[in-house]
Amino acid sequence: MAAQMQAGGAVSFAAPSRSSQAVRLIERPIVLRLLSIALFAAIWQIAGLIPVSFAFPTFSDTMIAFVTMMADGSLPTAYVSTLQPLILGVILSTFVGVGIGTLCGLWRPGEWLLIPVFIVLQAAPVAAFIPLVTFIYGIGMTAKTLAVIILALPVIVLNTYKAVRNVNESLLVMSRSFMGTRWQEVIKIVLPDASPVIFAGLRLGVAAGFVGVVLAELLITPTGIGDLITFARSRADYAGMYATIASVIALSTVTLVALQWIEVRVFRPEKRGD
Amino acid sequence: MRAAVVRNETVMTEPAVDAIVEVRGISKTYGSVEALREIDLDFPRGKLTSLLGPSGCGKTTLLKIIAGLIEADGGTVAVNGKKVSAPGPERAFVFQDFALLPWATVLRNVAFGLELRGTAKEERETTARRYIKDVGLAGFEDKYPHELSGGMRQRVGLARALCVDADVLLLDEPFSAVDEQNRRKFQEDLIRLRTNQNKTFIFVTHSIEEAVYISDRIVLLSPRPGRVSRIIEPQIDRSGDPDRIHRDRHYLDTVEEIWQGLKQYVE
Repeated sequence: MAAQMQAGGAVSFAAPSRSSQAVRLIERPIVLRLLSIALFAAIWQIAGLIPVSFAFPTFSDTMIAFVTMMADGSLPTAYVSTLQPLILGVILSTFVGVGIGTLCGLWRPGEWLLIPVFIVLQAAPVAAFIPLVTFIYGIGMTAKTLAVIILALPVIVLNTYKAVRNVNESLLVMSRSFMGTRWQEVIKIVLPDASPVIFAGLRLGVAAGFVGVVLAELLITPTGIGDLITFARSRADYAGMYATIASVIALSTVTLVALQWIEVRVFRPEKRGD
Repeated sequence: MRAAVVRNETVMTEPAVDAIVEVRGISKTYGSVEALREIDLDFPRGKLTSLLGPSGCGKTTLLKIIAGLIEADGGTVAVNGKKVSAPGPERAFVFQDFALLPWATVLRNVAFGLELRGTAKEERETTARRYIKDVGLAGFEDKYPHELSGGMRQRVGLARALCVDADVLLLDEPFSAVDEQNRRKFQEDLIRLRTNQNKTFIFVTHSIEEAVYISDRIVLLSPRPGRVSRIIEPQIDRSGDPDRIHRDRHYLDTVEEIWQGLKQYVE
């Protein structure tokens, strides 16, 4: 009722029923998201048309470049080589990070030994370590995977550790009163209870992993996406360069959304519909 | 209507008829605060015994020691004649703050005790559904705790404790986080529930009215250090209309009598 009246006030020229329908449509999250993307694209297009810089292509040029690069296979080929260290690094960071974080949260000596290391790592500008990694591990897959891990791991470990340390004590007492074992406590209480904060860490970690892989490809050896960006820039093919960068951002976003989906599906079903 | 049977602690040394829980010489000190000193108590089988006293008298501590959740500094607890120092299958706990898993449905929460014991999914859910119905939550099996009121959440806590089929149910101020109207309804339901569940209840409360309303036996604890000051057995007929109990002369007299006894501890 209130929404209808509001809508009637805002769009007074339309019939009340139609305007309320429109409002309901706009209130749909998917519509809002598409609108926000369209708005962003429009601003990009205008900025490119002005142009703000000769090196700044319009949205439409960038999209055309994207389709061209998809069609000629240069973008898919680049992703095949970029995704290998990225996926490997992110998966390793996730499992090792959640494992170490949980261990440190549950076991005092682990906390004293390991947590300071990760606090330092998180505070340090780790991108500066990448040349060091090259020095030790060369320019291959190992070095690039390591670049992903050193960026992604600290935030995952620290978030997991904090979440596990702050687990709801009364649920642990409840589990003990029903004779739950220590193992059941960890699997059935600690991890689900900590999962929102663990997943917040995973989202940050995965985003950092994307930074790591692009940095590695720009700093170590130009392969995959890093190569494509460097190559397009060297030819002043700015539309191609932006298309590549935008595709990384899009992929990173899709990954984060997928991660959220997994969290709600598997760990916190009560948050569905929020 | 008979008069309340009031017994002094000296009478307590004679063996009770059939004590399911025997507490002997339990002491507990937190730092410099002596929470419990040399508690000797018997809890008769099939009865509802309340531990009543002002805050700081150690009633929750005593309940948690019986549950095996807190270690006593001295003394023993025996259940069914066997000494216990850890949680066991013959005891089940109902928590003041409900302690429900927020990510689990009512059905899974109620079945959680059985889940921890490794009961097969189908079997434990069948059992859980039965107790969900018993506590009046039929139709809410697939809801999550945040979708329920405080009173309904505690019904889930009670159903979970009933589900593991323990002999003794330990309730730690179960209604203190429930609003007054729901609390009265819940108390009535508890009286009804007791008639078809052959269980022993040990109930911690700070409400005199609540204790007299539902208990067969009330243990009054005095604070600092926590000791048994008196045991009262209100002889109230609970078979009829539960609303009648509140107007029962005997109920009102017992409430008044306990208040006169506890007054000195309230500053």
